[in-house]
Order: sequence, then C-alpha cells, then structure tokens
Amino acid sequence: MPRKLIIDGDEIEVDGGTSLLQACELAGREIPRFCYHERLSIAGNCRMCLVQLDGMPKPVASCAMTVNDIRPTRDGSPNVINTRSEVIKKAREGVMEFLLINHPLDCPICDQGGECDLQDQAMVYGTGGSRYEENKRAVDEKYFGPLIKTSMTRCIQCTRCVRFMTEVAGVEELGAVGRGEDMEITTYLKHGIDSELSANVVDLCPVGALTHRPWAYNARPWELHKTESVDVMDGLGSAVHVHTRAREVMRILPRLNEDINEEWISDKTRHVSDGLRTQRLDRPYLRKNGRLEPVSWSEAFEAIVERIRATDSSFIGAIAGDMVGAEEMFALKDLMGRLGVRNIDCRQHGEVFNPTWGRASYVFNPGVAAIDEADAIVLIGTNPRIEAAVLNGRIRKRWRGGGINISVVGEPHELTYPYKFIGSSGPALASMERDGLGDAERPIFIIGPGVYRRPDGEAILSKIARLAKSLGALKTDWNGFAVLHTTAALVAGLDLEFVPKIGALKTSEIVSGAAEVIYNLGADEIEVQSDAFVIYQGTHGDRGAQRADVILPGAAYTEKIATFVNTEGRAQRTSRAVFPPGDAREDWTIIRALSECLNAKLPYDNIQQLRDAMFRAAPVLKDVGMMSCTDNSDIDRLLRLDGKVGIEPLTSIVMDFYLSNPIARASSIMAELSALSQANKTPVAAE
Amino acid sequence: MSVRRLHPNQPKTFAFTPQNSAWAQETIAKYPDGKQASAVIPLLWRAQEQHYGWLPEPAIRVVADMLEMAYIRVYEIATFYTMFQLQPVGKLAHIQVCGTTPCMLRGAQDLVAVCKRKISTQPHILSEDGNFSWEEVECLGVCANAPMVQIWKDTYEDLTPDLLETILNGFASGTPPKAGSQIGRIASSPSAGFTTLTDKTIYAGNSGSNQES
Ligand code: SF4
Ligand code: FES
Ligand code: FES
Repeated sequence: MPRKLIIDGDEIEVDGGTSLLQACELAGREIPRFCYHERLSIAGNCRMCLVQLDGMPKPVASCAMTVNDIRPTRDGSPNVINTRSEVIKKAREGVMEFLLINHPLDCPICDQGGECDLQDQAMVYGTGGSRYEENKRAVDEKYFGPLIKTSMTRCIQCTRCVRFMTEVAGVEELGAVGRGEDMEITTYLKHGIDSELSANVVDLCPVGALTHRPWAYNARPWELHKTESVDVMDGLGSAVHVHTRAREVMRILPRLNEDINEEWISDKTRHVSDGLRTQRLDRPYLRKNGRLEPVSWSEAFEAIVERIRATDSSFIGAIAGDMVGAEEMFALKDLMGRLGVRNIDCRQHGEVFNPTWGRASYVFNPGVAAIDEADAIVLIGTNPRIEAAVLNGRIRKRWRGGGINISVVGEPHELTYPYKFIGSSGPALASMERDGLGDAERPIFIIGPGVYRRPDGEAILSKIARLAKSLGALKTDWNGFAVLHTTAALVAGLDLEFVPKIGALKTSEIVSGAAEVIYNLGADEIEVQSDAFVIYQGTHGDRGAQRADVILPGAAYTEKIATFVNTEGRAQRTSRAVFPPGDAREDWTIIRALSECLNAKLPYDNIQQLRDAMFRAAPVLKDVGMMSCTDNSDIDRLLRLDGKVGIEPLTSIVMDFYLSNPIARASSIMAELSALSQANKTPVAAE
Repeated sequence: MSVRRLHPNQPKTFAFTPQNSAWAQETIAKYPDGKQASAVIPLLWRAQEQHYGWLPEPAIRVVADMLEMAYIRVYEIATFYTMFQLQPVGKLAHIQVCGTTPCMLRGAQDLVAVCKRKISTQPHILSEDGNFSWEEVECLGVCANAPMVQIWKDTYEDLTPDLLETILNGFASGTPPKAGSQIGRIASSPSAGFTTLTDKTIYAGNSGSNQES
C-alpha cells in the first residue's frame, strides 16, 4: 500500500515495500552505505545508512526498515524522516569512527584508492583524528584464487562478497568465520573460488580488501580514460567500460545494462584485457620461402592481388571468425560478390543455421531479460555456466524467485541451481514431449552449441521446434525458442547472409582442399588442411596467422567502432578505446583498400557510407541497442527440416571456455584460469 | 576471547560411531524436510563429545555432508560458538574458569593463576602430560556461588585456589570430587546456615491466614 512520508521537509509517496533508504533516494537524498546493495539481500550490519525517524528514540538503519515497518502516527499524518540533522551527522560520524578503529591507514598503497567508498565517505563523515590508541587488528592473508587479491586487514565485514557468492554466483565458498572483532572473510581452508563470476566481488567490495590481482598496482583510477563499449567474449554482448591509459587497455569493468548483464560480467570478459596487449599483429607479413616476413601494406596487397587474379573465383573462399564486426563482414561479402566469389561462410564451427529459415530460427527470441518471467526452462546441449556465465546467473536468480522448473537435456553439469535431468541425447526430447512441462505458461527452450554445431543439428533443431510448439513455447505473445550463441559475430553474419548459397562451398569444404585461395577474416578455430594460399586478417599471432601466407593486421574489439549482434539479435556497437597497435588498421578499411587494388572498389569512403549500405542489406543492424521483433512463423520452417538424430550425447563443444578465442589464448590470466579449472575438474583422489 | 582457528594438527578422518550415527539420523529427522541444516549444532556437539572433547576439521566436513551444507557454512558455525573446542583439550579435564563480573569480584583471577601454574601459562594449551587444559569463559549462570569452574558437564562452585587444586588433584588421580558447591552448602543457600525464616513458628501450622490480599 502506498504511503506518504516527509523526507527532510519534502513530501513523497512510496510503496509500502520500499526500504527507507530507497524512499530517501527517491526523494533525491543520498544515503551513505557500505553493506546495502540493490541486488543482494539486506544485511544491515554496517550502520552507515542511519536516518532519523520521528517517534523513534534512536536513529534507524534505513536499509533494513521498510515503509510498512513504520508505526503510523497517531493523527494519520505522514511520518517524518530526517536525513540531514545534526543528530544524523553525529551518528554517522560515530559509525565511521568505529569502522576506522581497525582500518589501516594505507590508502597510498591501496589499489582501491580513488574509487573507495570508505575513502569517499570519510571525506564527509570522517573526523580528522582518532581517539584510539590501541593497536589495530591485523588479519592473515587469504587466498581467493588468481583473480582476487586480498588484503583482509582492510575488510569492514560488510559481507557483500559473501552474499554475492552465495546468492548471485551460487557458489558457497566465501564465509565469515570467527566473531566480533575477530570475524574474518575466508574460503574453506584456502580453497580458491571456483566461479566464473568471482571477480565481481571486487567491484562490490566497498574498500580495498578485495582488489584485482592481475591489475595490482598498475594504474590509479583517476589516470584512466573510460570508454563505454560491449564485450565480445561470448554471445551475450555484456555492457562494459574499457579503461585505458595512453595506448593501453588497463582494465575492463562492467557497465549497467538491465536487459543483458545487469551489473555483472564474467571473469573472462573482465580479465582478458592482458590478451589485448600480447601476441599482437602490428604489421603486414608475407610468407617468403616458407617464412613469414614483415612487409609493407602495398607489398602484401600486391601478393594478394596476384594470387586472386590467377585463381578462378570458384576456387576462392572466405571465412569469417568469432569476433569480427558486422562492418567488415559486410565489406568482405561485398568484395567477394564483386569478384564473383560465392564461397563465403561465417559458421566456422559448422553451425547448421541458415538465414533463409528466418531470423527467429537463430536468435534468443524471448530475450535475456525474459528469463525473469519464465516459468519453465529447458536447457538443451548447453552449459550456460561457462558458455554465458552472466546468463546462468540470471537463471539462478529466477530459480531463487521460486515457481520454476528447470530441465536439462545433454550433459549434466553443476549449474548452481537444481534441475531435472531428462536425458543426454536426442531421444530424450521425445520423452519430454510425452511428459510435458506441467502447466508452464511461459517456457523457454535454451538451445546451445551441443545442438547446432553437430552434423545432425538441423534434425535436432527441428525436433526442438516441434517440442517447443507442442509445449506452448510459441504463442502470439511469447516466443520461448532461444538459441544461445557462444560467439559474438555469428548472428550478425547470419543477418548479413554471410553463408554460401546453394552449390557454393561451406567452411569445412573451403578448408579441406576445395578452395585454392582462402580469405580468413579472423577465424582461428579452424585448421586449413590443404595447401591453399591463405590470407589472414586478424589481430593475434594465433592459429590463423601461423598458417597464413599473407597477414593483414586488423583491430581488436576495443580498437574499432564495430557492430556486433548478440544472441538475442540485439545490435550493439563497440567504441574505440585505443588505436590498433603499429600498422594495424580498422578492419573494414583494409578490405576497402584491398578492393581498390583488385579493381573492385567498394563504393564507400567512410564508415557512415558503409553503414548506410549495410543497413540497406540488413535493416535489423540499424537499431542499435534494440531487440527487433522476430516472427514466430520462422520456427515453423524448422518443423519441415528432417534428418535422423544421432544417439550421441548432446555434449557442449566449447572445449575450454577460458581459451576459446585468440585474445583469450594470448592472455596469461586466462591460461592460469584454464589450468585451474582443468585441475578442479579432475577428481581429486580421496584421502 | 582468543582468535578461533582450526588447529594445525588434525586427524585425517572422522566418522560417527554407529550409535552416534543412528542418533544423528534421529536428530535430523526431527526437523522438517529441507530444514536439516537446523541439526548442525547438535551434530557438531556430538562430534566434539565423541572426539575427546574437541572438534576436528574432518568432522566439520562430515557434518556438512550429512546436512547437505557447504563446508564454509559449517565452518562459520564452528568458529562462531566458543563452546566448540577447535584444538585438543586435556584428556582428564578441561577447566572452564568463569571470569565474568561476579566471579571476577569473588576471585576468579586467583583461579586462573592456579590454572596457569598447574596446567599451562596460556589458555587452550595442553599441560605437559596432555591431561589438562583450561580457558576463561563468560558467565556460566552460577553467579550466586562465585567463583566457579566448569569441567565437562559439571560445575564446581564456591572455590578458592586451594579447593581448585584439590579438584585438579582429584581428576589427576581418577577420583574427581562431587560436583556442586565445594564448601558443603546446598545449592546457593547461605554458607553459614540459615539467617532468615529461622523462626519456625511463623510458618508452622497456620497456613493461609496471611494470604488475603
Ligand atoms: S572483503 Fe570487502 S566485500 Fe567482503 S566483507 Fe570485507 S569489506 Fe565487505
Ligand atoms: S547500509 Fe544499512 S546497515 Fe549497512
Ligand atoms: S559470573 Fe561466574 S557464573 Fe555468572
């Protein structure tokens, strides 16, 4: 029931369930806090958020009291809250003084300096000196794994980190042991935290107790330049801030986007940043006498032109990789079209999708945020915990809300929430069709790479489409057919129809001998098995570059303004936070320059002209940030596909999450995490 | 209160005896489905009793597994409650000296001095023969007979340093004294005989006459 309050003299009406802290915020007051966080349960243990409530003998912790908890006044007049009185100022100063009793004075050597809540609030509520002469307490160092550096003497026991790991990440590994002054935050017996979301606790920690180990002592927040961008490490396209200093990406932090990642990002998204600095291709290379040698752009282009001229267009192929932007895919497709080349493919992992089925057949139709409304979720051939860690957190959040059935077809993994295991292979879908989903109104079928990267993927997709239809996932106001992509580029590639038309070669054929010249645009996960002439355009000296005959150095996602379409079919744009290293260039400009040498000049001189042409070809890319509507009837087209479903289990094919792309493979932190997760997987011999 | 940490030397394994296992299952069954975690304190306590009066690390894991709790959750509980001993205690007696105000005023520190002299200079450290250990605890609810100590489940009251030594010697020789007041009074009745209501005539025979109002 809405109630009126008077906050510092301003009348405001709020819902009975809101906390006083939120009510004060709605009234435009800033309430200092340490333990309170919107997305975590209420702990009420720091006492910094004190406000004065008329009729109460003492100040109250505003985060822990809801409007409903207030006793109404005798005459029914609105309750009066004071957030600025002298009493409150003194009370908060007292709390601050208590917090600082044991807090070390090491701000100059603390990595949190400059973005520390305690530091900031001490500016307002701190007293100049201290009345305490006793020794401060010292706390043993803890080990929280390779990502989190601890300095637990600084901890103020807000328990945000404990609540995050338990509630959001679903990994009960952090806890507060001991009591009173001796309370300490720790893991069980120095066990590192085994979670894909663990580094988010560093953002939550209001002080410098938890800091990022990989970035320790690298930069101060005030010397960093912040650019808003999106992530390309998985198919979600989480919103991020890229923090740079001079020409280097120093760190990547999450940015709020309620529709996708709320305010979390996976450890991979965050800590891949060191991979952007190492192994970079910063100049063109040409293979001469079997060795790659640095050359000028013009020499590289000459070699390409010569080869392409000498080759029949039906023996030329182009492949696009997992982290390329729509702009360069569009330019490359355009160029290939002008050269008469029909062998183009953006599905380097052999994904079975076909743009002619319609867009709804290959995107996450309900949208990530719709998970909050779903009442049944079926996970098929996917391990969202590693393929889309943030999305898995969202499923967990939904599960915590109650009233939802989650089932799994495929490999059973530890997903941080309980689920019903239906079966491991295709035939399990039939049993599901028989048993139904109870009275679920809004089911979501999440379809992972374990389905669509298989040779019989079409047949399974068709089965799932039938299942979805019969179990009520396809209604006029609900489309629960949700394809979970694990790569950032594929949806845009499909939108741009970067796939071979009938009769043309697909990826597996291009790389196994059918093509004599291969234009490899950042596809590092495939092996070219023939002796074809390979032109590699990409960012890292990885698999693709090693096999290349010509290397054209391109720009990584932090170095260009490029369009990526996430798994929901939402077009998003990265921003240029830094320039590409050395001679490397933004990718579309490379293709544009090459087109001129090939006498097939692409008709755009700047990115805007290119985009205009691209939007004409694929209008869905135009609405940046929006999820465009999809058509349920596209799914019907899947029903008509047929084929036999193999009995092999629907195992996820993402081998090693932490090493799934060239940037991650160049990152030493990812290597460390990968080794750790492998070690965690191998069962430890019982004592 | 001292910082509570797991002891560096831990047994490799822990398992409940068959009787205790059966008892544990009964205890768990007392709680509604999904609330088994409520049994954590009784189970830890039983583990401590079984394991020579102190709680070893493997027992924390055993209890956590029995109750489907995360190890860290049980660890939190074991370190929070001071009645869980996280290090070995004396084989014959673990002396818990009450140091709260009434006992303190009545000479608890003298008892602590005895413990320091006879057992070890620091609390929670075993005596040389491993038979005794001691610690200072908060009020044990026998303030009227201060000062006092608790050994296992019994309290020994109205102590003086000499009486405490006698008790220690009793435990050492296998003949512990009777629990309760060590100066012969019943519960907390006056130590020098009754001082009030000594005139029997006021309550002999004519009951009820004074109960009007
Ligand atoms: S480590 Fe940080 S987040 Fe965790 S309880 Fe301490 S201050 Fe809070
Ligand atoms: S924010 Fe309210 S008690 Fe911590
Ligand atoms: S004060 Fe010692 S028992 Fe109460």
